[in-house]
Amino acid sequence: MTSVLFGRRLGALAWVTAAFMLAAMALVFFYAPEDADQGFRQKIFYVHVPMAIVTLCGFMAAAIFAIKHLRSGDSSWDVRSYVAIHLSIILGVGVLATGAIWAKTAWGHWWVWEEPVLVSYLIVFLLYCCYQPLRFSIADPERQSRYASVFAVTAGAFVPLNFVAVRLAEQYTHPRVLSETGGNLPGDMRFTFIVCLVAMALLFATLWKLELTNKNVSQQLKRLRRRLEAQAS
Amino acid sequence: MITLDGVVRRYGERVALDGVSVRVEEGQTLVVFGPNGAGKTTLLNVLAGLLRPHAGTAAVLGAELPRESWKLRGKVGLLAHEPLLYRELTPRENLRFQARLHGVDEARVAVVLDAVGMGARADDPVSELSRGMVQRVAAARAVLHDPPLLLLDEPWAGLDPAAVELLEPVVGRGSGKTRVVVTHDVAGGLREADTTLGLKAGVAAPVGDEAAIRDLYR
Amino acid sequence: MIGTAVAILRKDLRVEVRTRESVPAMVLFSVTVFVLFHFGLDRDSLEGDLATGVIWVTLLLAGLLGINRLYIAERDQGGFTVMRLAPIDLTALWLAKAAALFLYMVVLEVLALPVFDLLLLGPGLDGALPELLPILLLANVGLAAVGALVSALAIETRARDLIVPLLLLPLLVPVIIAAAQATEPLLAAGQSPDDLAKWLGFLALYDVVFVLVSVAVFDFLLDD
Repeated sequence: MTSVLFGRRLGALAWVTAAFMLAAMALVFFYAPEDADQGFRQKIFYVHVPMAIVTLCGFMAAAIFAIKHLRSGDSSWDVRSYVAIHLSIILGVGVLATGAIWAKTAWGHWWVWEEPVLVSYLIVFLLYCCYQPLRFSIADPERQSRYASVFAVTAGAFVPLNFVAVRLAEQYTHPRVLSETGGNLPGDMRFTFIVCLVAMALLFATLWKLELTNKNVSQQLKRLRRRLEAQAS
Repeated sequence: MITLDGVVRRYGERVALDGVSVRVEEGQTLVVFGPNGAGKTTLLNVLAGLLRPHAGTAAVLGAELPRESWKLRGKVGLLAHEPLLYRELTPRENLRFQARLHGVDEARVAVVLDAVGMGARADDPVSELSRGMVQRVAAARAVLHDPPLLLLDEPWAGLDPAAVELLEPVVGRGSGKTRVVVTHDVAGGLREADTTLGLKAGVAAPVGDEAAIRDLYR
Repeated sequence: MIGTAVAILRKDLRVEVRTRESVPAMVLFSVTVFVLFHFGLDRDSLEGDLATGVIWVTLLLAGLLGINRLYIAERDQGGFTVMRLAPIDLTALWLAKAAALFLYMVVLEVLALPVFDLLLLGPGLDGALPELLPILLLANVGLAAVGALVSALAIETRARDLIVPLLLLPLLVPVIIAAAQATEPLLAAGQSPDDLAKWLGFLALYDVVFVLVSVAVFDFLLDD
């Protein structure tokens, strides 16, 4: 079964994403130097942190789409918001998993409280896990999208506040961690990191557009089907 | 006063109002007949500005719905299926609250309570009142702010003749207000109607006589 | 808008005084939880970080009891309909509910803290009280604002009692963080308050943000 790509932009986007991801992988494995303390296992950082940043931006973008939905009443904004959150939650599992792996390799435990990014991410993740149960427990579709948007806006305002709170509380972080989570990266590591970040962002954008297209197509199909049934009867 | 043209209201996939059109002039009474689930309560809610129409045009008291539904606030008196009263509070407290919400002088509370014959029991919690009494207090609540439009959902159901007589000048034809009344009482409904509407499965048509109304229920 | 909110608040307080549903349950719950903690931690006396954790978690969970019930009367007895038909700014409803919740929390704290002092707290409360007060007040504001919003958000969902805690607890984590960090040195014998100003500042920021968010979005919850 062939998959139809809706519109030329999705196809082009997918190609660019693939190219960047290949480049990122090449850089991670062949260019970036091994970390002096942790060795090869540190490289998971190149997946974990970009994924975290991109998904957090996904949540905030969803909040902006939600605001647009509430102000205009146009449900296409709500779909954009929903897909962004949905995708961020799925990738969020990846963030937590890679975070756990990194913690294990760096400190010997599957979870550490000293890493503020990971801790605040867990809290955000737990919050957004409620999005779908909340959404689908409301029967009326218009009310459902409105309430979902209210949630997305509230949660979006929460993300930065939460990060600040956790950061303020974890004053006693490993100095080593601070230097690795974006503080003082040496040049070649920084370059690799940036390429990985861009690749991850493009991946998110492609998946987002893909899911939106999917939804669009299935909605149009439903509409056609309904029209055919109405004509037949 | 009220002009509906092809109003559609959906609940998800189900259509509750399927292209309803009707016209009511000021001071007139529209009586709506129809079996349960036909969309009568939905129609009242749309007229009250509580539900927005999904299609068609609607103008109530000069406000275009849904765009201007905020203009209806305070101009509609709704006597719904539920009494819309707080059970732990007394009739007087309920009406005082209503007065504050609508910016009505609280002195009017006693006047309206007397008009529905609830002056004596005005300070007993609503939970201790009989159904008929609750209905009377609900009617008082509906007219407290002297709205030009009354929307009544089976107002006479469960009332004894004395109560009906008491409420007639308050929410009946005797009030002189524009009214939309939903009722199952065929004879009584026809008596108080200036125009009629028969609803069945969301589809509306005027109904001339008893036979047409009974057809709706078949 | 304030006038309407006051009218709604007075109505709510009148109902609460008459039914005595929320506040006594919250207080009773707190005392029971203190007893549970006594056995769960196997301690007669707490101080410092343990005391802070116990008191804040208890207050939060007790607050949840009140939050769950906030809009039930409006939904079941037609309050939403009545207010949507009135020429009022519906944000007044949020304000009234948040104010009611704030008052319930204050009463809860006035009653539960002495009990906590009696049952579990090692160093007394007296010295800590002046600094504890602003922490409690600011935390209450945040809890009230977010609680009133989330409670309304969940009112129409089928699994309301489950959704409210699941939604609310992560949202209140920053409040807990700030309140606990600020309280901890106050409940430890011989310590002086650490970064009180910093945490009070954060709590104030949280309060401002969520009051603004609530005011902005609340109307959309009552629309149709």
